[in-house]
Amino acid sequence: MSSSVPDYSKNVSVIEGKPSLRSIDDLISKPLDTKPDKKYYIALAVTTTMLMIGAIALLASFYYGTGLWGNNNPVGWGFPIVNFVFWVGIGHAGTLISAILFLLRQKWRNGIARFAEGMTIFAVMTAGIFPAIHVGRPWLDGYLFPYPNQHSLWVNFNSPLLWDVFAVSTYFTVSFIFWYVGLIPDFAILRDRTKSKIKKTIYSITSLGWRGSNRHWQHYEMVYLVLAGFATPLVLSVHTIVSFDFAVAILPGWHSTIFPPYFVAGAVFSGFAMVQNVLIFIRKIFNYEHIITIDTLEKMNKVILLTGSLVGYAYAMEFFIAWYSGVQIEQFTFVNRAFGPYAWAYWIMVSCNVLFPQLFWIKKIRRTIPLMFIIAVLVNVGMWFERYVITVSSLARDYLPSSWAYFTPTLTDLSILLGSFGFFFTFLLLFTKTLPVVSIVEVKAVVEGSQPSHKDH
Amino acid sequence: MDEKILYGYTGLFDTPDEIIEAAEKTAAEGFQKYDVHTPYPVHGMDAAMKLKPSKLPYIALAVGLSALFVMFIFMYWMTTIDYPVIVGGKPFFSFPAWVPVLFEITVLSASIGTVVTMIAIFFKFPNISHPLHDTDFIRSVTSDKYGISIEAEDPKFDEEYVRSFLASIGAKSITAIYWDNDEVNFKNTVLQPKFITFLIVVALAVSGTTYFTLNKLMFMVPFNWMREQSKYIPQEVSTFFSDGFSMRVPVKGTVARGNMPYRYAGDPDAAGKELINPLAITEKNLELGKKKFDIYCSPCHGYFGKGDSRLRGQFPNPPSLHSEKVRNWSDGRIYAVLMDGQNVMPSYASQLNRNERWAVILYVRALQRSLNAKESDLK
Repeated sequence: MSSSVPDYSKNVSVIEGKPSLRSIDDLISKPLDTKPDKKYYIALAVTTTMLMIGAIALLASFYYGTGLWGNNNPVGWGFPIVNFVFWVGIGHAGTLISAILFLLRQKWRNGIARFAEGMTIFAVMTAGIFPAIHVGRPWLDGYLFPYPNQHSLWVNFNSPLLWDVFAVSTYFTVSFIFWYVGLIPDFAILRDRTKSKIKKTIYSITSLGWRGSNRHWQHYEMVYLVLAGFATPLVLSVHTIVSFDFAVAILPGWHSTIFPPYFVAGAVFSGFAMVQNVLIFIRKIFNYEHIITIDTLEKMNKVILLTGSLVGYAYAMEFFIAWYSGVQIEQFTFVNRAFGPYAWAYWIMVSCNVLFPQLFWIKKIRRTIPLMFIIAVLVNVGMWFERYVITVSSLARDYLPSSWAYFTPTLTDLSILLGSFGFFFTFLLLFTKTLPVVSIVEVKAVVEGSQPSHKDH
Repeated sequence: MDEKILYGYTGLFDTPDEIIEAAEKTAAEGFQKYDVHTPYPVHGMDAAMKLKPSKLPYIALAVGLSALFVMFIFMYWMTTIDYPVIVGGKPFFSFPAWVPVLFEITVLSASIGTVVTMIAIFFKFPNISHPLHDTDFIRSVTSDKYGISIEAEDPKFDEEYVRSFLASIGAKSITAIYWDNDEVNFKNTVLQPKFITFLIVVALAVSGTTYFTLNKLMFMVPFNWMREQSKYIPQEVSTFFSDGFSMRVPVKGTVARGNMPYRYAGDPDAAGKELINPLAITEKNLELGKKKFDIYCSPCHGYFGKGDSRLRGQFPNPPSLHSEKVRNWSDGRIYAVLMDGQNVMPSYASQLNRNERWAVILYVRALQRSLNAKESDLK
């Protein structure tokens, strides 16, 4: 992996040094055992303020109606859908890290999997808000599920929007189960460490009575493998189905077969960037530098580089297909994207998603924390704008020039976007103080010397 | 029961190599009810303990396939049998479009099914009152030690023998673990006051929350169900018009479409003199009159206008329509009654339109004639 010739014959430990197992317990459960400091409360104050701004904007939208948003003819999908796709995309990193990298036997994932899974759950929760509010009367969202009702009507199984309901709710449920199954042995560790009676009761219940029995570990590992096997096609299916929301429509700029792989790559791209952003803080604040090593961060950057290049390829291919297809309206759409009224958004997207991540070809940048932080932030900005460009620019100028219009977000739109970040980060902050953000068990399993040396068998 | 019941013996080891070796020896010794406890899954332990591969993948397969099948049948029934709706000209049975949902349901059910089976059936969890809990042994093996436990239920179990066996394979801190007497003697019955109180509290909480959510919360601000709209409703104060009325007075002389102005309000005699029934006596008009009479007049006047109310005295009975007085009234006089009301009878001007009023009058005339037929009518 490094520039020198790697020695594949020996297992390189992904955990630096050789921490004792008990010190790992102590280190990872430290945030749970100690009172948070001032900085934590300041951070929490900031995120909850953002959350409240969003909540007020939302309540106002419920009261006065969705007319408070920029959505109008012809751009009926505006911010809610942009934000939905953005947050679902963020939610893809967690399951990718915990499932796909698990199947690929990437041990470096062990230090970051729990945290990334937590992020997935919070990101999908955040994403779930948007389609729910976009329907205008969110208290009627129950109609999205096929249940026997007094209208004796069923849902439309031919609609990508309905597939979305199933995909996102399945994704959330399976991610949550995956996360919880991973947490069970850690809860047992916490249960046996804690001195507080209340905590002990809570951990006893959540650990379900785990006793580290190998007869259990055997099934446990098998289920983890099975779940990883399920989650892998699932994670690919979710953003594929999200892309169907666009690709199945006949709008120029949406109606394209490249959308599913392009969206999945983009989702992994933005998800990894978000994980990277937050990991950098986590490992510093909680002193996890030897568990989440700089090598791990470098590998994350390589994934960002790969997926960023894939996304760049997709941008180029969209133009190529528009030209090659000979369809005038497609050609117009793409020229309009790059040089029309939304050119500013398009070039923000291209520069943040395609150009800046290319800096990761340089090893020095891959291993420099401030630089990778900045690039990861830019990637997230770029990916938000990607969804903005796709959603808004295609709707704003479709077949009929007489119905063209320019989309302008309102203050309410921006407040809800801000609130979604507040929602996500508030949950994340609470998570860091209530649950082990690194899987204690998985880290122990990859510490040097934690596995038998197999000398006599 | 004062004497404690022995659960088994436990011993601790320091390194993964030692525990693998110990597990192999324990298995070789012929113990069956023993277990190895490790802080994380140790590679090679399943082989050392000679455990058979987990059956859980089969459970996942079975649950997944059943869910796929059931969902397919359900979707087929919904879209082609129960309520077929044509969507975009596609056939009712449009299988390709169902693939995403079928896939998601398969994954969802298989994941939940496997995990629940593992926890509830394979692990017999939740079980937070196992004798090993709250012992130094469990505190060590969830942290940094590796342990073996041999249960007293093992056929080869013998206290002395097991203790020496554990010592012989190099176990440290060999301890006997006992069942907790309180827990062993604890009888779980349904009729425990605590449990019943718990049930009642849960039932109240669930029904209360449901009631509140469905009947109150959904109708609170900001969930206004579009009641809050920027429009004037009748009688509302207007800040826009200088007179403060939101309802505007029509321009003088305006006549609403289809309406004839009624000039005889409060003057029934004039109406009786001047108004003439414009309708011809046709079957259609009489049908209409009968229909409207049965709807609006018959509750008080009776189906034949005899004043035999169906309201059982909840409203004063009107006089018969067959009296000399009514029979001698002109059509216009009766029209005035319909428009203005009379005594306790209210106006029916808003229930019946002009045509219907005249049709009702025609029908009343027919009723009157039916009860006072003349000789000449028989012809």
